[in-house]
Amino acid sequence: MEISFTVNGVLKTVNIEDENTPLLWVIRDMLDLKGTKFGCGKAACGACTLHVDDEAVRSCSYPVKFAAGKKITTIEGLGDRQNPHPVQQAWVEEIVPQCGYCQPGFMMATAALLKKVPKPTDEDIDKNIINVCRCGTYYRMRKAIHKAAEIQAEKDINESNML
Amino acid sequence: MKLKTWFIFLVISIISVLLALANSPKIFEYRLLENQQSEINKSDDAYNKMMDVLTHQRCMNCHPNDNIPKQGNDRHPHYFGMARGKDNTGFQATTCNTCHNSENNKYSGVPGAPHWSLAPASMGWEGLSRDQIAERLLDKSTNGNRSHEELIKHMTEDDLVLWAWQPGVDADGVQRTIPPVSKEDFKKAVENWFANGAAIPTK
Repeated sequence: MEISFTVNGVLKTVNIEDENTPLLWVIRDMLDLKGTKFGCGKAACGACTLHVDDEAVRSCSYPVKFAAGKKITTIEGLGDRQNPHPVQQAWVEEIVPQCGYCQPGFMMATAALLKKVPKPTDEDIDKNIINVCRCGTYYRMRKAIHKAAEIQAEKDINESNML
Repeated sequence: MKLKTWFIFLVISIISVLLALANSPKIFEYRLLENQQSEINKSDDAYNKMMDVLTHQRCMNCHPNDNIPKQGNDRHPHYFGMARGKDNTGFQATTCNTCHNSENNKYSGVPGAPHWSLAPASMGWEGLSRDQIAERLLDKSTNGNRSHEELIKHMTEDDLVLWAWQPGVDADGVQRTIPPVSKEDFKKAVENWFANGAAIPTK
């Protein structure tokens, strides 16, 4: 069956036999976007987190059929080297990753959090950022999340001044 | 003298008959009681069947009294620190729907059904006796202001309630257990219990 959705602003149509195939595998293997990672396959670790209509979703547990007509954002669509997303910028500035494998999932979860809670408290972070990092970069991530909130706030002020 | 003897005999006879009547079973009344007892038994049976389901893990795990959903047959707290949140669906950016969809996922083992969420805090059943659960179920101040008819509809038609009989497989691919009463018998039990006045047996 054919399923269409936008990925990072581009309309994509995939032809797939099993409509229950996890979105993760469609993104990685059919659309060749390797930034979204496979971790546990049980919606437990969060390495596969991406956005569906701006909401954080564990893509290993999200059948591709549910993506029909929706807006998918992966780590590749969050920002780029020239114009990084505040979360990406903060991650670089705080030198968060160690091995780096789980970081895209954390950054997507954080970006989703900042949309809902522009200035998250430590409690907000504890409740909402529940992915797993085996390198234990949680301390640096917490700092980066607060920094990302500051960068986002500055960016918002600058943009409003330009209007 | 003869007349007096006859009179005494007559009085004794009348008293004996009255006493006999007083002690004999009243057949008409007895039948009524038997019918009533039968109705009570039927209602109690329906109540017990209904409660066998409501107290099963598939129902109880999402009716906590500590705002923390439970998982598995051992009713352990939901992993990852998930909790009720403001709207019974978790936190601002990490909600039930971050992982749970409108149907079970056979690949990840994550269960799912429409409007997946915790039951409202007022419907917390964990740790309560069957009768306390029934009281909370019937009380409009705790049951979402539902009438008996609305409760019957909710309990026999809601997809999330009926998910208990189609819970899918867990993260290890093992089929989740289902309540000890069939879905059809549960529906009948709910309807019968309400039809018989929704009596709580010990009340």
